Amino acid sequence: MADRYNSMELMICLAARYLEDGSTVVVGTGAPCAAAMLAQKTCSPNLMVMFEAGGAGPILPSMPISVGDSRTFYKGLFAGSMAEIMDACQRGMVDYTFLGGAQIDPYGNINSTVIGEHARPKVRFPGSGGANDLASLCWRTMMITPQDAKRFVPKCDFVTSPGYLTGPGAREAAGLPPGTGPYKVITQLAVIGFDETTKRMKVEAMHPGVTREDVIKNTGFELLWADDVFVSAPPTEEELRILRDEVDPYRYIIGRG
Amino acid sequence: MKVMGQGEGRLFTDPDANRAREYFRGKSRALKSKLTTVSEAVAGLIRDGDYVAVGGFGTNRIPTALLHEIVRQRKKGLGLSGHTATHDFQILAAGGCINRCDVAYVVGLEARGLSRNSRRLFESGGLEVTEWTNAALAWRYRAAAMGVPFIPARTMLGTDTFRKSAAKEIECPYTGEKLVALPALYPDVALVHVHRADVYGNCQVDGIMVADQELTRAAKKVIVTCERLIPNDEIRKNPEKTAITYFTVDAVVEVPFGSYPGNMAGEYFSDEEHLREWLAAEENAEAFRAFLDKYIYGTKDFNEYLQLCGGLAKMQKLRALELLSVPKGGE
Repeated sequence: MADRYNSMELMICLAARYLEDGSTVVVGTGAPCAAAMLAQKTCSPNLMVMFEAGGAGPILPSMPISVGDSRTFYKGLFAGSMAEIMDACQRGMVDYTFLGGAQIDPYGNINSTVIGEHARPKVRFPGSGGANDLASLCWRTMMITPQDAKRFVPKCDFVTSPGYLTGPGAREAAGLPPGTGPYKVITQLAVIGFDETTKRMKVEAMHPGVTREDVIKNTGFELLWADDVFVSAPPTEEELRILRDEVDPYRYIIGRG
Repeated sequence: MKVMGQGEGRLFTDPDANRAREYFRGKSRALKSKLTTVSEAVAGLIRDGDYVAVGGFGTNRIPTALLHEIVRQRKKGLGLSGHTATHDFQILAAGGCINRCDVAYVVGLEARGLSRNSRRLFESGGLEVTEWTNAALAWRYRAAAMGVPFIPARTMLGTDTFRKSAAKEIECPYTGEKLVALPALYPDVALVHVHRADVYGNCQVDGIMVADQELTRAAKKVIVTCERLIPNDEIRKNPEKTAITYFTVDAVVEVPFGSYPGNMAGEYFSDEEHLREWLAAEENAEAFRAFLDKYIYGTKDFNEYLQLCGGLAKMQKLRALELLSVPKGGE
């Protein structure tokens, strides 16, 4: 990979480009928030950024540490409640959300609860928080996540948040709102979408310098491949400048790349 | 109504709206002073075994003084609503105060990392757990606040989060669609920290409410700490600013910097250094015991804790951070 940028910077830039102007997105802290801030300063000045604790439409002065800290409604349009943000998601007013987890399966189901037995887990993670709600109720769920065979597993130990569950029609059968579900998974290697028919992960793009073998080696299940897999467009100088100077000057997030 | 499925988890609280009404029937509506102290409020209103819920959001506008006092008074067997409970969960877990938890988000401190001691509590099987989500808990408070036994929603469906919850799947009587029925959550005690309150318990909050309005209406007893006590006249000047109404409140205590080391919107930012010290101390059992002795068991009240953490000078620094008045590089 070129030395001009690191993998975290690349993932953030790619994610930002999916957030079109005039859309709504619920984000957490970290890379998703950086992507939303970058989008606001580049392609989508009118992106409505929302936080589950109640803040919405802030002019973020710096990266929030918590999705409930005061930066999340700094010069904001709205400072309300958890229920009000989640109501908006359930009502169908939120276009995008970003999630992550310890495990993700071919259908985009996510585990952020336990490894091992639930009653006495080998490892306990925080749990759903708002993730299950956002994955259930927002139109399109995105993920920015490191990709390796331990994280990309055939089956999650625990399905905390719904992807396409067991495949076509499963979300609707479970009672989840129609037309919702995972959209893109952005990793340090590739951009992965979901196949229309099978609802399984399908590689759409690989980043510059990445080979099919790299992607396969870092996935614990069989991936589908688009007919026309393309090379991700690397960050522009302008994107990198804004990301480094304005979005994350202390390198809290991009320092992890 | 047709029930189509049910989670395996235990329901820790009674969703019966009529029994809740009987309780609320007996609750005082008198406009009288509820001013007290942290230690009296905790001793008088929280019993071992109670189910408690905490306002704010993890490290933001949390009632730290009350949480420390619960640990100091060695309360036992508490149930907890884990609606993004981060530093609040960490404190109660450290004191060994809780034995059951409705989990939406616990153990982690968001971007700061995971609490090792809190994880140990789960991984040793020392906690009975029912899974939920943040929206589910917020809406469960809302159902209780509305005075109805459940509220329908469209979350949790199809997942293990539902399977380990105590929710039910029902058929919508209008559309025939599958919905989740979330049982009303009436906590025994709610603990909240607000910006301003009068002696009767009318409260004003700046910034996000998180779930505090629903929570304080749902809880049988409510303990409020506030940054500042204000005269009742101030409340009456701007009644639209009243976020919590006096008749839901049982105790009021003025605790300046009461959310420290958490963030209080417009007042002070979180003390990241101290929160890191907490997380680091948990890496070693002996060091952690010494840490708790120093900051909680060995202090007589919250003011002593604030002094240990740097006192007014530290608070002024956090205030500058909150108000973005620190020059770049001046940290």
